[in-house]
Amino acid sequence: MSYEAVIGLEIHSELKTNTKIFCGCATTFGAEHNTHVCPVCLGLPGVLPTLNKRVLEFAIKAGLALNCEINKFSKFDRKNYYYPDLPKNWQTSQYDLPICENGYVDITKSNGETKRIRITRIHMEEDAGKLVHSGNTIKDSDTSNVDYNRTGVPLIEIVSEPDMSSPEEARLYMEKVKSILQYIDVSNCKMEEGNLRADLNVSLRPAGSDVLGTRTEMKNINSFKAVEEALTYEIERQEEVLEDGGHIIQETRTWDPDRGITLSMRSKENAHDYRYMPEPDLVPIITTDEEIEAFRKSLPELPDARKARLEEQFGLSAYDAGIITSSREMAEYFDAVIETGADAKLAANWIMGDLSKNLNAESLEISDSPVDAKRLGEMIGLISKGTISSKIAKKVFEEMWKSPDSPEKIVKDKGLVQITDTKAIEEIVDKVIEANQKAVEDYKSGNKKAIGALVGQVMKQSKGKANPQTVNQILAQKLG
Amino acid sequence: MKLFEQPAHVLHDMLVNKEITSLELTEAVLARIDEVEGDVKAYLTITRDVAIAQAKAVDEKIAKGETISFLEGIPGAIKDNICTKGVKTTCASKILQNFVAPYDATVMTKLKAQNPVIIGKANMDEFAMGGSTENSAFQKTGNPWNTECVPGGSSGGSAAAVAAGTAVWALGSDTGGSIRQPASFCGVVGMKPTYGRVSRYGLVAYASSLDQIGPITKDVTDCAHILNIISGRDEMDSTSVNEEVPDFTKALVEDVKGLKVGIPKEYFVKGIDPDVEKTVREAIDKLKELGAEIVEISLPNTDYAISTYYLISPAEAATNLARYDGVSYGERAEDAADLVEMITKTRTQYLGEEVKRRIMIGNYALSAGYYDAYYLKALKVRRLIKEDFDKAFEQVDVIVCPTAPTPAYKIGEKISNPLEMYLQDACTVPLNLAGLPGISVPCGYSSDNMPIGLQIIGKALDEETILRVAYTYEQSQSYHNDRAQLGGN
Ligand SMILES: [Zn+2]
Repeated sequence: MSYEAVIGLEIHSELKTNTKIFCGCATTFGAEHNTHVCPVCLGLPGVLPTLNKRVLEFAIKAGLALNCEINKFSKFDRKNYYYPDLPKNWQTSQYDLPICENGYVDITKSNGETKRIRITRIHMEEDAGKLVHSGNTIKDSDTSNVDYNRTGVPLIEIVSEPDMSSPEEARLYMEKVKSILQYIDVSNCKMEEGNLRADLNVSLRPAGSDVLGTRTEMKNINSFKAVEEALTYEIERQEEVLEDGGHIIQETRTWDPDRGITLSMRSKENAHDYRYMPEPDLVPIITTDEEIEAFRKSLPELPDARKARLEEQFGLSAYDAGIITSSREMAEYFDAVIETGADAKLAANWIMGDLSKNLNAESLEISDSPVDAKRLGEMIGLISKGTISSKIAKKVFEEMWKSPDSPEKIVKDKGLVQITDTKAIEEIVDKVIEANQKAVEDYKSGNKKAIGALVGQVMKQSKGKANPQTVNQILAQKLG
Repeated sequence: MKLFEQPAHVLHDMLVNKEITSLELTEAVLARIDEVEGDVKAYLTITRDVAIAQAKAVDEKIAKGETISFLEGIPGAIKDNICTKGVKTTCASKILQNFVAPYDATVMTKLKAQNPVIIGKANMDEFAMGGSTENSAFQKTGNPWNTECVPGGSSGGSAAAVAAGTAVWALGSDTGGSIRQPASFCGVVGMKPTYGRVSRYGLVAYASSLDQIGPITKDVTDCAHILNIISGRDEMDSTSVNEEVPDFTKALVEDVKGLKVGIPKEYFVKGIDPDVEKTVREAIDKLKELGAEIVEISLPNTDYAISTYYLISPAEAATNLARYDGVSYGERAEDAADLVEMITKTRTQYLGEEVKRRIMIGNYALSAGYYDAYYLKALKVRRLIKEDFDKAFEQVDVIVCPTAPTPAYKIGEKISNPLEMYLQDACTVPLNLAGLPGISVPCGYSSDNMPIGLQIIGKALDEETILRVAYTYEQSQSYHNDRAQLGGN
């Protein structure tokens, strides 16, 4: 039987506020254990939470950017469970009246097909602390310590409908959400710091059926690669179980990236009853239409709109425009290159090509690129003017990567100016014809491809500086 | 009257007029503690040295001719569920027996700006759960009028200290009557302000939507003064109301002419002690004689108040008290094999019976499958109870009724029957559910010579009218000048 996967994601994203959600402690990552704590986030007896207004603002902006409706009456609830990283033994979260509901994002698959993934809800909540075990897990440790620095860092949880049917779609969805959150500047989305992580729900059903199968859940997946790999593994595992006539058990499984497998962690029978109740220490959140409109107006141009604009304004292909707008930083870099007067298609090619290649090789963000947008734009200008060829430009770019000099200076210092002077080229051509009589004969006897070897020789002798078009023209002319 | 028997406003004048020093006063109170605390057991912690130092500092200030504020240099007691920086806050629970808060509750910050003398932390029912202070994990407090009787609760230590003269004033907290009922049992004045009038920041939570801090004093005048000090919006408590605080002492006028006083018939039915009914009826007659218009009213959902309260408060308590797990503060049980055992053993060993009972009721009411039938229904009935009051207050300015259905009973008499204990709260819990202010003022004695309290209930944020009625009534008789006969006096 052939099966169809049904996948839903719960994405947790830390918001980049300066202070925690219910107290004034800093949210800075990586500080010494238990230095960003106060009575409130430590859950000491007698303390009360007060809502950080920025958290509400960021959550509403995320909701608007993800096409959600904003609930004008919203409230916090207590999600009760015992774990030592949770000092109050409840997590302040939102249950039945989340701040945002009914949104969606569109993803574009590698085959060019666009698919809409619906978002059920977005709610605000506090992050938990971190356990530091003497062993590997709490079970095999003699002692465990708790670092409360992360306790109370604001999170939003974005819950999707089970609208995805392949690991690729799940990855694309998460990438799109990440991109949007970065565009609106509410989250750093640094996955290696746990800023962005997802719980994956997956079940199988016979292809074409509309009945949902039993699902399993994998928690805290924090890389795009792991999203795809964990889902691929889990889909195969479920398929095998079903093929063998077995049943899927509703359970939470952990993804072991080293072994590339998922392992059973907790079955439904042992699932928590969270005993949700309204948080009596926080007043309900009332948001007005005016406030919502003000937040909407403050949003920057979002990826989809920006992509459409690049296609229309600069004639970029959908694919190129999609890549350029996949992150706000890259899109802004592109805009800055264009501002220097550079050709848009060349700019896109250079950004997606050599620039991205160099950044990836050195694991750099585009914002940290040694070649800034202004210099890249100037270099593209030199290509357009014919001062340098595209081939020379690669050398210039490598030089720019290493030195802060302007492309003009590099071209001048290294003598990389393109030879467009026909006389100078003719001299080289003549020499090449004389030295390569065999190729000339081949060409004349009808093997037109032989001209390529001659062009190559001319370019070599000019150290790549001859304008290839001019070389072609002159050679064709001389060979008759 | 002896110094320790005087109300704060009299002592304040004596300090200002240099008739006494704060040190003399503080030493008189400390001597009174030496004399009677063995019988009353109102305190869990006594900070004698700090008190003396505070008194001396105030005396220096007075000697320099500086003006002093109302409570300056006057000794008081703080219920042990209000966090005091550097001094133990135990909530009368073994689980917090060594807990010292690293911060002051907002009311403490406000009080300390006044330079009062803090004598110590007062006994209470563990985590404020109870009405007799018998649920304290450490000691049973005696009622100064008869130390074989309970002082009421849960602020029993605070009320007993004020009645015994071991504190001039005290702070308590009231979740279902925990200020008013002990005030009634001990023959003193106790007020639960409107929910949100006083910041709860630093009050160790029992039931967050019901808890409120308030004064326990020797008379209505002191009550108004202390209410002035502790009231007001606090950015640390988002449920505190953002309303300007009036000068409550302006409400201390002897005039109830034309005021409409509602008498809810539902508060005078089954279980009410005949002495209580007679005494309260006499007080109502007195108010009529003073010019108030008496109106019989109905609060039809009163019968459901206790069941509603005993679902909502345990549900909130179950989560509020989940934090006592032995992980980062408080006591931790020894020799646990793993995490679950550590938490289980800690809570089993260090939490008291009544606390465990309420945690279990609360978790049951919140659990999947029962939530709608219990907790959600309780929230709906809570709204109906509030609507009863809203309707009544369209007709009347204040509502008057007994504070408690009986006077103080013997220690041990009811402790084995939780349900009977819960019924004691019938007259007080409806106000907490509705968020309304109420005061208890002494209005007479039972045939056994135990005090009886008159409860005056007001509209939300209208403590002024309550104080005005309470003051007028108080001044019309002399109960507020009576003192418990205890020790050598
Ligand atoms: Zn904090």
